[in-house]
Amino acid sequence: MNVRHSLDAGPPHAATVMARAQESPTIFSLQVRLDDPVAQAAYRFAPGQFNMLYLYGVGEVPISIMSDPEERDVIGHAIRAQGRVTHGLAALQPGDRVGLRGPFGRGWPLQEVSGCDIVLVTGGLGCAPVVSVIHYVLRRRERFAKLVIIQGVRHAEDLIWREQYDRWAKLPDTQVLVAASEGAAYWPWHVGRVTDLFGLANFDPECAVAMMCGPEGMMRTTAETLLARGLPESRLYLSMERNMQCAVGRCGHCQFGGNFVCRDGPVFNWGEVKTLLAHRGF
Amino acid sequence: MFAQPDRAGFLPLAQLPALVARLMALGYQCLGPVVEQGAVVMRALESPDDLPRGLQAEQAPGHYRLTSDPHKRYFAWANGPQAIKPLTFAPQESLWRVERDDAGGLQFAAVTPPVARQAIIGVRACDLAALALQDAHFLREGRRDPHYAQRREQLFLVAVQCAVPAATCFCASTGDGPTPTAGYDLALAELADGFVAAAGSDRGEAVLNALNLAPATAQQIEAARQQGQSAAAAQTRSLPSRNLRDSLMNQLEHPRWDDVAARCLACGNCTAVCPTCFCHAEADAPALDGATSRHERIWDSCFVEGHGHLHGFNVRPDIRTRYRQWLTHKLATWHDQFGRSGCVGCGRCIAWCPVGIDLTEEVAALTAGGPP
Repeated sequence: MNVRHSLDAGPPHAATVMARAQESPTIFSLQVRLDDPVAQAAYRFAPGQFNMLYLYGVGEVPISIMSDPEERDVIGHAIRAQGRVTHGLAALQPGDRVGLRGPFGRGWPLQEVSGCDIVLVTGGLGCAPVVSVIHYVLRRRERFAKLVIIQGVRHAEDLIWREQYDRWAKLPDTQVLVAASEGAAYWPWHVGRVTDLFGLANFDPECAVAMMCGPEGMMRTTAETLLARGLPESRLYLSMERNMQCAVGRCGHCQFGGNFVCRDGPVFNWGEVKTLLAHRGF
Repeated sequence: MFAQPDRAGFLPLAQLPALVARLMALGYQCLGPVVEQGAVVMRALESPDDLPRGLQAEQAPGHYRLTSDPHKRYFAWANGPQAIKPLTFAPQESLWRVERDDAGGLQFAAVTPPVARQAIIGVRACDLAALALQDAHFLREGRRDPHYAQRREQLFLVAVQCAVPAATCFCASTGDGPTPTAGYDLALAELADGFVAAAGSDRGEAVLNALNLAPATAQQIEAARQQGQSAAAAQTRSLPSRNLRDSLMNQLEHPRWDDVAARCLACGNCTAVCPTCFCHAEADAPALDGATSRHERIWDSCFVEGHGHLHGFNVRPDIRTRYRQWLTHKLATWHDQFGRSGCVGCGRCIAWCPVGIDLTEEVAALTAGGPP
């Protein structure tokens, strides 16, 4: 579950934007490649880890890695244009330069869960850190049983990678359930809360592992529902977000109780964080 | 400092400048107590004779005033606002810089800070304990902070036993003072006619040997020991000596958090003067010509709004949650991270709080009725 890497507290490595795509009105993706070919060739990450992307003269932001871990040419990131740095990153075009440090943190426990049903529950852009899990599982399909992908968004237009969801839904032993709180014309999926879909999810609680990423309220509700369905706490994981500035457990902003989310997380077992998640303000 | 009393020497009062001169001769910039804006701070001494005598510091919640010591001692002042922290963990510094060429290419380079050999004269036991905690954070195995490490390695620490604690001091209850027990190069205990002096490192031993001191007598060593005991007994504040982790983490919705939030200004003074607080922000400082940018590390505080900032919302939007974050980190979850509390009993957060919030009082209120 632990993957540490040599790229460290800085300075970042220079990297070039190879491709940019607008995924939704506010979400865009950047495929970048480290300028040093040796560093690019040596770059490895585990699904669930993140990079610090640097925009020249403005600053750094932590961004989950959404590419396929087997992909060696580029490193993919899905980003919502929200603050100073991400609005600037949104304006980049292929050929533009950025800095990159990473990967950081603890990823999803994919080594430990062979043979299990995999249940992925995500909300909003929370799908980005688990897209690499989907790629990982699909490439090693024989090692896992059922794959259940549950994704919730606020507005129908927030759903990114719609064709991918359609494609995954057609795969054997793979179930895709999508909900939008507010639907739109031609919206083929459920309109309502993502937790409405759990009754339809087809997995064996005796032998399933759930991984969640999204708003904390959604993850709390999801956890309650899954635990009530008989999934043991030890097989419930979530990815957390906090203000990460150094990414190496030093600057203190991302502390959640005694954990530094950047270093001890961002992926946690539910039992590690459930007590504090019940309180607002940590 | 009296683990090896047979090896302690006695430094007569008149010879204190000789100790400073010796360190200067070894190439150390010597920092000692200097009065600046009405408070004792550590600044470079120009000459070995610059150490002030006869200063005391009267302290209370939200209160600090220099007064005079009738015995004209060198070290009768209880700690001022400045700990060792700014000398090892710089309040602001560049971590790396980046240059952009005409084609838009970026060249990154680490910034190596200039480092002077520094000796600090008059370090207190609480600050040595705090330094050990900062070491645990910044020199963590596998994640050594090079900037901190460089400054830390060259630091020579002359510790002094506290004889006159302030009313805000409670190091005896946290187990960190008033007599230094570890982490120094030299430790001194000031008596009427001189100092019992003990080495805590090879470097310290070498400096002490060069001074050709007579051995401290059994009476002198006993006088220093009693002085430490009296200073501990004179402390009027305390924290419970037990691990407060569970007591505090079981009170996360206690009404006292609202009560303290109504008084707290969220100014961050407590975190600035705290010798163990390590939070820092990272920010870019681009040059005006646009060709370069420096990536800066700047002290930050969990009382500042931006500390809990997350895309689109704030995880700690109010003072209640920020004060709770500070106190529960310092006294509770610090145990999970470093195996002990993050408070060394220096009392600075009490004296330098503009509204006089006293963490020992807050802890007492939060844990009242809890387990003994």
